[in-house]
Amino acid sequence: MHWIGAFDPDLRSFDIILRTANGTSYNAYAVRGDSGVAVIDTVKASFGERFFHRLETIADYDEITTVVLNHLEPDHSGALPELLRRAPRAQLYVSHQARPMLKGLFDPQEFAGRITGVGTGDTVDIGGRRLEFFNPPYLHWPDTQCTWLEDEGLLFSGDFLGCHYCDTRLFNDAVGDFRFSFDYYYAHIMRPFRAHVRSALDLIEPLLLRAILPAHGPVLRDDPRDYVRRYRALSGSGLHRNQVKTLAIFYISAYGATRRMAETVAAGAETAAGDNDAAGAVRVSLYDIEGSEPHTFVDLVEEADALIIGSPTINGDAVKPVWDLLSSLTMVDVKGKLGAAFGSYGWSGEAVPMIEDRLRRLKLRVPVQGIKAQLSPTPDEFAACHALGREIALHLLGRAEARVVDMASLA
Amino acid sequence: MAKAQVTFQDIGVTVTVPAGTRLIEVSEKVGAGITYGCREGECCTCLTKIVSGHENLAAPSVLEDQVLKDNLAPRHHRLACQAQILGGTIVVKPT
Repeated sequence: MHWIGAFDPDLRSFDIILRTANGTSYNAYAVRGDSGVAVIDTVKASFGERFFHRLETIADYDEITTVVLNHLEPDHSGALPELLRRAPRAQLYVSHQARPMLKGLFDPQEFAGRITGVGTGDTVDIGGRRLEFFNPPYLHWPDTQCTWLEDEGLLFSGDFLGCHYCDTRLFNDAVGDFRFSFDYYYAHIMRPFRAHVRSALDLIEPLLLRAILPAHGPVLRDDPRDYVRRYRALSGSGLHRNQVKTLAIFYISAYGATRRMAETVAAGAETAAGDNDAAGAVRVSLYDIEGSEPHTFVDLVEEADALIIGSPTINGDAVKPVWDLLSSLTMVDVKGKLGAAFGSYGWSGEAVPMIEDRLRRLKLRVPVQGIKAQLSPTPDEFAACHALGREIALHLLGRAEARVVDMASLA
Repeated sequence: MAKAQVTFQDIGVTVTVPAGTRLIEVSEKVGAGITYGCREGECCTCLTKIVSGHENLAAPSVLEDQVLKDNLAPRHHRLACQAQILGGTIVVKPT
């Protein structure tokens, strides 16, 4: 196995969202078999010449029979079209999900007949060595796959188990301390997909691993299983185990009206558990967003089953601390959680529907229409807040009554 | 006008809709957990399981069919941004 990637020590910010204090590496690999050479992953386009130079030192282009792309993001696929042009015998193997995305990288007609979609269990023989594909998607794109060289015990894992850490000593037992970078990468790239991370670990844990070769950061040859265990721990629950359903209400209030609405929503939620439910079957919590930074709520949000958000409307919008909280939710998996919104307003009350839209876009379910109240809520509006809390809690308990509505009645 | 009933199983809501409505138009209004990406039948984000009443949706277009195939969609799954309701009763849930 040969490393044919590129080091990028000067990079300080990756994909806008990640800080990279000592740069990164774009790892690509070549494996020689008796009947051909396989290239696994490429590099960012601007590093293409270094990649080709390294590749040329170990193989001729017409020896290359197999090119595998574990993930199509531009930092790995940048040199792919040129590689396929230079290596005319090479067949490209990508996941089934990746195939339709290729048209975003090049004109697939140029390489017609040279692209094969593969899934878990598919293999490619390069003569005495066999590449096997695993297809755990969403690590961190729909297209991601891992490639397993069973005879050698090598797992080419793509972005999975990688990190942004640039050190030319390359191997995990030779480089500096990259533990922070490994965890930081997980937190920003993999954490929103933690259910998929767990599924991938189920596939990988039984393998007799000798080394993990990710697409960024050190090659993990010393105790590779330690990194698999670390992912298992990181993808577990961030808080103490909790057997009951949790409903978190986040609010912010200018004059106290939205706060009183929040307290009423909470009181309504508390009434949902019936005699047959365990005590505290829904655990309801109230948080004033003004009392904290949004990122400190992220662990709580990740574990909560329902999120209800209260905001006043100022200048026709929800207020900034609410948007800060809502934007931080992309760091975790919130898909399928229940959501709702409420709030007091002066003139127009746009905040509530805007929050509901955002929650839907974040893939939450928003089964109950939010409650708006002008200035001080009326008794009817408080009753609606109470009903909102109760209804969301009933959904959590699986006891919400089925509703039948006419489309014309929907806002 | 012909009517149909669509049930969103994940939130327990049944909506009476005019024939010709697309699933996307209803699911967003009612707050079901179907999520949308491109909304143009390309990205497959809104892949939805048709629990029952599959025959009450208009047949998929050639393009939708191709996207479903490309994404290895199981049987009786549709793109909610494309699927048009014809009548009768339909039960759906997000994937």
